Amino acid sequence: MKAAVVTENTDSTAWGKGICRLILRFFIYWSMPLTLLLVWQGLSAFGVLHDYTMPSPGKVLQSSLELAADGTLFEHILASVARVLEGFGIAALLALVLGIAAGLFHRFELWTDFVFQLLKPIPPIAWIPLAILWFGIEETSKIYIIAIGAFFPIFVNTLHGIKNIDPKYLELARVYEVPRDEIIRKIIIPGALPFLMTGLRLGLASAWICVVAAEMIAATRGVGYMLMDARSLSRPDIVILGMLLIGIVGKIMDDAVRKLEKRLIRWN
Amino acid sequence: MADTLLSIRHLTKSFSVGREKNIVLSNINFNIEKGRFISIIGPSGCGKSTLLRIMGGLDTSYDGSVLFCGEKVTGPGRKRGFIFQDHRLLPWLTVAENIAFSLPKMAPNLKQIIKDNLDAVGLSDAANLYPGQLSGGMAQRVAVARALANKPQLLLLDEPFGALDAMTKLKLQDEMLRLWQLEHITMVIVTHDIDEAVYLGQQVVVLDSHPGCVRHIYDIEQSVPRDRTSPEFHYQRDQIYKEFFRVAEKPFSYAI
Repeated sequence: MKAAVVTENTDSTAWGKGICRLILRFFIYWSMPLTLLLVWQGLSAFGVLHDYTMPSPGKVLQSSLELAADGTLFEHILASVARVLEGFGIAALLALVLGIAAGLFHRFELWTDFVFQLLKPIPPIAWIPLAILWFGIEETSKIYIIAIGAFFPIFVNTLHGIKNIDPKYLELARVYEVPRDEIIRKIIIPGALPFLMTGLRLGLASAWICVVAAEMIAATRGVGYMLMDARSLSRPDIVILGMLLIGIVGKIMDDAVRKLEKRLIRWN
Repeated sequence: MADTLLSIRHLTKSFSVGREKNIVLSNINFNIEKGRFISIIGPSGCGKSTLLRIMGGLDTSYDGSVLFCGEKVTGPGRKRGFIFQDHRLLPWLTVAENIAFSLPKMAPNLKQIIKDNLDAVGLSDAANLYPGQLSGGMAQRVAVARALANKPQLLLLDEPFGALDAMTKLKLQDEMLRLWQLEHITMVIVTHDIDEAVYLGQQVVVLDSHPGCVRHIYDIEQSVPRDRTSPEFHYQRDQIYKEFFRVAEKPFSYAI
């Protein structure tokens, strides 16, 4: 009887502790952005920051509501996201196919190695002049740059993932005379999956960076264009809004891939 | 000579480190007869695992001949099951999927085979678990089920219980004996545990090191059922202890 009571007690305190920890976590997580926001608002209120260089959070919020109301905000975001998805999709497809091929066939890796190593350090932004010469300032040039930016992280990680597979598993497959296609489907792909997902995450982040850069130089729509257009109109509130949007959308995309990763890699 | 399943003749294995040639195994000769349980024991570095890998066809660069059912061993195969020290289950497949992975895809009654073999190792309820959810002993049992599912003629065990705790190890040794009697599979176990070698093996092959060669082959008189406390067991174990430490040439052999 007494023992039962004691158990119940410890149970409820454990539960209480869990709640406390959750609240603490929540507080720690949100206190940093809130503090920054308050400091920013305070500096604006006391006249340290000027509206024509660094408008207050309230002003940024007001402009964002205005832009959201007339639909231009979503139009820009949609344009950028669509470009990213297209460029990233092409890059992911190519990088996965080539990465897996290079991981499986040593000669293919050797054959492609020099060219890829040479192209890899060239920042995607450095491709912009050539992309504009080749494809003009239409969609194609932006998608090309995004694809270049997303390709290498995915390719490099896929290749690394396959090469990192424990040779013990391949030995096991030899003992049981497992056919090659089965080895690829049951050992190589799942074994490389954690690296592959990391590659996709880095690739998506890179694609998002590239779209903004490409749009800042030549575009008539998109978040990057919105930034540059606002600068030429001396609207720092819209510039800040654009920057925050880039961060928020980037985080949402990263979270989405992480969720997918967790679902795919259940065994850990 | 009775039915010989595996015959090893003048087996020598060496590898080169830089210019130096290192002989791992030197002129090994013995036969393994059908249905026997053989233990191979030796000090670390004597090449006992290498010997087992050669028997299994995982290592094919050697001099001499290794014949399985009268044919030269040219590579690994289902007929010779191999249990590694690590369970080697694919972490992303469930227990049942891991066993299915090892079986020929054309097998008509895949599900029944998997079920029967999991039953045999007492893990009928674990079919849908992932290896990460199993204890070390359970995982090694699944590895045994996987090997048995392929109906091997010869089962090679490379220090299979080395990574397990003492109690689990004893339990799995008995399990292995039971399966050996039940399935009539020839088994060869490599171990550094003398008790294990004497308890399981009908013959104990003691290897010498540098270079690895057969020092002595003991025929073990097994009591039925086997008994870890019987005087015969201790007598034979002590004999091998003495032999073993003579091989190891350690002065502390006096202390035993």
